[in-house]
Amino acid sequence: MLRIPCPWCGPRDETEFCYGGQAHVPYPADPSTVDDADWAGYLFFRDNPKGWFAERWMHRAGCQRWFNVVRHTVTYEISASYPPGTSRPDVA
Amino acid sequence: MTWQLTPRLPAQPDFLWAEAEPKASYDVIIVGAGGHGLATAYYLAKNHGITNVAVLERGWLAGGNMARNTTIIRSNYLWDESAGIYEHALKLWEGLEADLDCEVAFSQRGVLNLAHSLGDVREGRRRVNANQLNGVDAEWLTPEDVQKIAPILNISTDVRYPVLGATFQPRAGIAKHDWVAWGYARAAHAMGVDLIQGCEVTGVLREGDRVVGVDTVSGPIRAGRVALAAAGHSSVITASLGLRLPLQSFPLQALVSELLEQVLDTVVMSNAVHVYVSQAHKGELVMGAGIDGYVGYGQRGSFPVIEHQMAAAIELFPIFARAHVLRTWGGIVDVSPDASPIVGLTPFEGLYVNCGWGTGGFKATPGIGWVFADTIANDRPHPLAQPFALARFADGALIDEHGAAAVAH
Repeated sequence: MLRIPCPWCGPRDETEFCYGGQAHVPYPADPSTVDDADWAGYLFFRDNPKGWFAERWMHRAGCQRWFNVVRHTVTYEISASYPPGTSRPDVA
Repeated sequence: MTWQLTPRLPAQPDFLWAEAEPKASYDVIIVGAGGHGLATAYYLAKNHGITNVAVLERGWLAGGNMARNTTIIRSNYLWDESAGIYEHALKLWEGLEADLDCEVAFSQRGVLNLAHSLGDVREGRRRVNANQLNGVDAEWLTPEDVQKIAPILNISTDVRYPVLGATFQPRAGIAKHDWVAWGYARAAHAMGVDLIQGCEVTGVLREGDRVVGVDTVSGPIRAGRVALAAAGHSSVITASLGLRLPLQSFPLQALVSELLEQVLDTVVMSNAVHVYVSQAHKGELVMGAGIDGYVGYGQRGSFPVIEHQMAAAIELFPIFARAHVLRTWGGIVDVSPDASPIVGLTPFEGLYVNCGWGTGGFKATPGIGWVFADTIANDRPHPLAQPFALARFADGALIDEHGAAAVAH
């Protein structure tokens, strides 16, 4: 069971959260100019690292707000938790 | 009447292949000595006469997902493309013991896919129709028919997950995963394939856009062609080339009970509640659970997943309440966006991928071995692999099998 630190509610069990995959994947700035390959990249291709990963979570059973977490995908250690719209902290 | 608690099992075999030291170069290197990698090596040698082949394995042979799955074999997928590859595999399973001259305990005991809601019923009936049109054996069963096949199943209506019917594929079944791997390994080795364990691939060697070998913990090994069969670690290997794959890796859990008398002689799956169960030849209940909800490479799973699965399983099978969980484990599965595999050529000449099988690669073992070997040998996609090309994510021809696959492949 992960203990995930919500920036607003503090650490809670993973069963209170839902997962949003890789963080910091921006919607294309000018969608009308994006070709098929880049659309595929935006829709389907995500990093899948064995190591540190910045990812989105939503505190479904709590404040219902989205936020980002930096988590290690082997040890599952969490090194940072930060609000959306802020950049990834320089940890790990 | 004489009761036999456990059916007769063959004695444990002696060593079936010899350890090999890596040579400086090969015609083909296969990364990953799981079922897919070993089957690919076997069919490269048998069907195409390509025997200067090494299968490199970072751990031990068949110790990854091949040792961690629930051994369910079926071909009742929705779309034509999937029926093509999975039914090809099932036909090969039906002749595999004779082909490999090796017992693999392939048991065609049928598989039930339960429906718990009106949506499940409609989808199940649609899939039965699609299967029949593709020549795949399938029928729709009422709850009463379901209980005739699996009498221990609870078909009461006043439960959280009532059984409203099921699809049934009589030719589906299970096999003994270790023997499948060992059978392929022995046969491939006998034709000259090198099986090299403890040899982790750390990178891919390239000259321009051509792949010319791999870097390993034992040093570089050159190869004319490199074929990846590395399941949940595929992304890690291609990352060294800057090649992104549309995969996310998740732990998938399964568990076994202690040995029990035979109470279930078919396979029962429930996609909606992520329970799938069969009873192995020795008598243990083998049950699969869902994947974790977040990316992970830890070969263990999250406890709430197992807890949810057990709650549903005990409602479906009340007599399981007195069984004990003996062992749980996790394997790392590579899930693609459309729940279908990714097989074929890559933007790099001489590099072939076979990944994205998610939670359901075991059943495809002979079929994908055959098709992947053909793809590698001829440097073009086998017709059954063609629809599963990496390019489908850009051209939009997805093969959406979330209904037939979900997590309960």
